[in-house]
Amino acid sequence: MEISRDKFKHIGINEEKSQAIVRPSMTYWQDAWRRLKKNKIAIASLFFIFIMSLMAVVGPMMVKFQYNDNNLMLGIFKPNAEHWFGTDGLGRDMWARVWIGARISLFIGLMAALIETTIGIVVGGIAGFFGGKIDMFIMRFIDILIAIPFLIFVILIMVIVGSGVFSIILAFSITGWLGMARLVRGQILQLKEQEFVLAARTLGADSMRLIFKHLIPNTLGVIIVTLTMAIPQAIFTEAFLSFIGIGVRPPMTSWGQLANSGAQAMQVQPFLLLIPAIFISLTMLSLNMLGDGLRDALDPRLRK
Amino acid sequence: MSFLEINDLKVHFPIRGGVLNTIKDHVYAVDGVSFSIDEGKTYGLIGESGSGKTTIGKAIVGLEEPTDGEILYYGQQVNKKRLRKKVNYNREVQMIFQDVLSSLDPKKRVRDIIAEPIRNYEKLTENQELEKILTLLNIVGMPPDALYKYPHEFSGGQRQRIGVSRAVAVNPKLIVADEPVSALDLSVQAQILNFLKMIQKDFNLSYLFISHDLGVVKHMCDYIYIMYRGRFVETGTREDIYNNPQHIYTKKLVAAIPEIDVENREALRRNRIKVEQEYSEKESLFYDQNGRVFDLVQLSDTHYVAIKNKEDLQDVENSIA
Repeated sequence: MEISRDKFKHIGINEEKSQAIVRPSMTYWQDAWRRLKKNKIAIASLFFIFIMSLMAVVGPMMVKFQYNDNNLMLGIFKPNAEHWFGTDGLGRDMWARVWIGARISLFIGLMAALIETTIGIVVGGIAGFFGGKIDMFIMRFIDILIAIPFLIFVILIMVIVGSGVFSIILAFSITGWLGMARLVRGQILQLKEQEFVLAARTLGADSMRLIFKHLIPNTLGVIIVTLTMAIPQAIFTEAFLSFIGIGVRPPMTSWGQLANSGAQAMQVQPFLLLIPAIFISLTMLSLNMLGDGLRDALDPRLRK
Repeated sequence: MSFLEINDLKVHFPIRGGVLNTIKDHVYAVDGVSFSIDEGKTYGLIGESGSGKTTIGKAIVGLEEPTDGEILYYGQQVNKKRLRKKVNYNREVQMIFQDVLSSLDPKKRVRDIIAEPIRNYEKLTENQELEKILTLLNIVGMPPDALYKYPHEFSGGQRQRIGVSRAVAVNPKLIVADEPVSALDLSVQAQILNFLKMIQKDFNLSYLFISHDLGVVKHMCDYIYIMYRGRFVETGTREDIYNNPQHIYTKKLVAAIPEIDVENREALRRNRIKVEQEYSEKESLFYDQNGRVFDLVQLSDTHYVAIKNKEDLQDVENSIA
């Protein structure tokens, strides 16, 4: 078969197109956000957490009852048009109580996790990065703190400071960072030997730049997963502390406390347990899902 | 004119042990080596793994603190971090790494990777910086759309080119190349090596080429230093080493270069056996009873060999003939 010349056409090179930058110029964080947005579950979780936080602020104002208005004549009522989530044994409006509880629980969870992460990253980072005697000293100190049971810390704080939200957060701050510090130290020790860290040194990066621009971003995945686990843990621990009487004091309440008092009436009025339990579970689930999504989004190697 | 001089460099690592974690012994990774580096020349550091060649490289760029000895940059001591800062030494001496993927931060875009030295050493506006990065990418033959990709999206050869462009970004005088091609496949090796040669002319660069691949070193280097157990056994120009090896260890290395020469296969094999035999017979002339390499003895203007008595070389020569 003959292929004649006139069947071909010379189109040349489009100079502009061949030089064009195909990929949009996104920064690392823009890119991470773009990847997170593609993850529908993570976005739904983020949305849910946002709604929960919003409701914790405005929820109690949506009904005309206060969380501590009791009406002993009323007793337990199932959810109805007036009391959207019903009333508890003292005739208190559950809707108001659930969102007041959300305030306490979410606040404690968030604060505990933030303090934990900050102290953990700083201490673990110092130990891992500088190594040697500093590392040994810090790690032995952590070992000693870990050996003391959490409950003893809490009781001591309650004795000195008294019970309340602040005491609980204080108790978390003293013990919570230990695990995070160990984790970060391990990660930094591992990363420190990688060649890109050596390379950064030869390229003139000082210690601060090395820590904040290279080491921390590369441990972020692990940190975020631990962080999202830490929030539910703090909420649960608060519930436990409230149960043994050293958490927030009635009539102030929290999700954990609502679930506890609901559990007592579980066989007669299961909704008293069910409502706070559903909120606790969904929030935990969302936080975990969001954590997973964030971890994936922050790793460019998983880029699609 | 040499700008960097290394005098009697020693790097010893302590071996700790016991209950109190005290120093029991030392590893003599680098044990007294001296050489100097001229502008625009390539130096090859050859040796088996564990012979201390990478440690020398790391000591020169400042990643390893020397135990003893001098590193002089235009006559200035640069042993300590403070001293290096004073003469802007770290900017002038850069390094290319063996493991290309792990030498690039996985969470940074190529743009940020190449920009790192520029941001550390130069104050440029964002546009100037971008322009410079694009020029660098162009020099190493990468398309501009590489800017916003991450290291894992490239092939081995491309990654090494990114590593090279990062090293040359601030116009250094010396690049320490630690086995820059040993992780790449052969066709890409040649490409990277030729490219290194090309930019050497453009930037008037010196290389300290660390390798165990004699073929690569022959292709690249003007001067060659053969290392064994932390010391130089033989140093000289490329011709000295490849055509007239004197040390038994060098002879063994040169004999081990694979050659495709089917007709002389037997002869080459016999030669290798002979070299091996000589090695075991003459060991005491070249190493002391602890296996330490002797000091270097001058043979010609450029050629040095580590031997106890220079006269013994005659014997070696004669025994071969």
